[in-house]
Amino acid sequence: MSHLPAKQQKGIRRFDSDKLFKIGATIAGVYVLVIIALIVFQLFFESYPIWIEEGFGFVTGTDWNPVEGRESFGVFPYILGTLITSALAMAIGVPLSIGIAMFVSDAPPKIGNPLGFLVELLAAVPSVIYGLWGLYVFRVYFRDYIEKPIHDTFGDSIWLFSDTPLGLDILTASVVLAIMIIPTVSAVSREVLMAVPQQQREAAYMLGATKWEMFKLAMFPYAKTGLIGAAILGLGRAVGETIAVTMLIGNATGINAIPESLFGPGQTMSSIIANEFVEASPASLHLPALIGVGLVLLSMAVCINIVAHVLVTRMLHVREGAINS
Amino acid sequence: MEVVRNGAAALSIEFLTQTPGAIGSGEGGIGPAIQGTLIVIGISSIIGVPIGVMSGIFLAEFGESRITKLVRFFNDVFMEFPSIVLGIFAFLVIVLLLGHFSIWAGAFALSLIMFPIVARTTEESLKLVPITYREAGTALGLKRWVITFRIVISAAKSGLVTGILLSVARIGGETAPLIMTILGSSQFFAGFNSPMDALPLRIWRLSLLPYDSAQLQGWGAALVLILIILVINIAVRYFVLGKSSNLIGSIIKQRNLKRV
Repeated sequence: MSHLPAKQQKGIRRFDSDKLFKIGATIAGVYVLVIIALIVFQLFFESYPIWIEEGFGFVTGTDWNPVEGRESFGVFPYILGTLITSALAMAIGVPLSIGIAMFVSDAPPKIGNPLGFLVELLAAVPSVIYGLWGLYVFRVYFRDYIEKPIHDTFGDSIWLFSDTPLGLDILTASVVLAIMIIPTVSAVSREVLMAVPQQQREAAYMLGATKWEMFKLAMFPYAKTGLIGAAILGLGRAVGETIAVTMLIGNATGINAIPESLFGPGQTMSSIIANEFVEASPASLHLPALIGVGLVLLSMAVCINIVAHVLVTRMLHVREGAINS
Repeated sequence: MEVVRNGAAALSIEFLTQTPGAIGSGEGGIGPAIQGTLIVIGISSIIGVPIGVMSGIFLAEFGESRITKLVRFFNDVFMEFPSIVLGIFAFLVIVLLLGHFSIWAGAFALSLIMFPIVARTTEESLKLVPITYREAGTALGLKRWVITFRIVISAAKSGLVTGILLSVARIGGETAPLIMTILGSSQFFAGFNSPMDALPLRIWRLSLLPYDSAQLQGWGAALVLILIILVINIAVRYFVLGKSSNLIGSIIKQRNLKRV
């Protein structure tokens, strides 16, 4: 009888192809872990000479001199530049985008949907085009109509506005960065606000709340987690953003890159890499130094993201528990 | 918008097909850049999409375990990696190894940006397929991979296509990782192992030049790039049309339904 062997054979074959499928999928899934491990290892390995040479001074130093024989590398000014531009961009961008999200989620669909679509479309614009627009159009208007008057009025009394505005400075870069994170943050915030159950709003209105009170009392507590997540997503974007910032920030190096005022030129970690990477010779310490900058940038971005994730999941957990009880 | 007004003046057949002229002369065009963008996007899709889709299947179809949780978490973290760091990685792994800047390196760097996006959207859209579809497949005695590829994926097709197109639009505009991988060149395609131009890269280089003609060409290139990405985005809209206004929204709605 061929009945039994055939059945057995079939059983074996099914076992095989499905196992292959599962192995393939698992490999693809684990690929991301392997790549991350490789990236961290490679960056550390290739920047090893600079850590030997400069030690911890690499992070705190302010000198940046790639010239042969007088080499000295410190990334502190660039770390500062990244932190300042990102913080300013957040301060400008996040309230604006939550405002946009509030408006879009509350407006009648006829206005809300096209507006939401427009904002989402802005998210798809490549950063190099923001840079181009910032460099040729926005910078000129911003310098003439905003920075100059501020400088003329407050320049002598407040150190923040003391430098002569050129347009290629920290403030311009931050504002363009803010414009760039608005679509991301507001799109996510909009989804979050849309996800708040309708009953929540109706209950607030029923208690006689005004529109603002409704947002404050009924929407924000419910959507807080998601809104924080959206903001941190924007922060991650801002920290890693390269090209637009490189085109606008003025690209000072070394001690000059420590910003003296909002109108002074600066440099961020990603822009120094973009500016100097191709010219750096692999034989000197210049390339390891730039890779070291990449490592510092990466660890900052990853820390921000992990904190965001932990925060969001923990708060979500609490919220779900509260609803269940 | 500003880009359209300034860019339209630069457009002509020569501009779209010629190689760049001498620096500052205002002649020539962005032909190699367009070609390069398309080639690099194509190759990185060939690398990135299968990995992303399989990884999404891994996350959605094989149940929850410690590994899937880990993979999902790091996938999300990886999505927010600064793209310039991925460029450095591709430079170290491929450019230094092979000894020259190449299309492979650029495509590899972009595929790294691409696959986590594809993986997450694939996972989310596979999870929207009702479990009964899979049960029906199992009842017919189909193998697991047949069920997944023939039934589940065809049911979730629009979500998958959306994710892929979104990631293509994203990498189409990436500049930072290309600086240190494909480097840029003013010639047409000359083999996968040589440097190549790309639109975002060309715009960046043009913006560094102090000539008005370079500025004009920059606007023209920007317009072309925006048009490409706009077309992709409209394609996305077309694919999700009639299903739901957008993927993330529908997922959140689904979750809320479950909670209520």
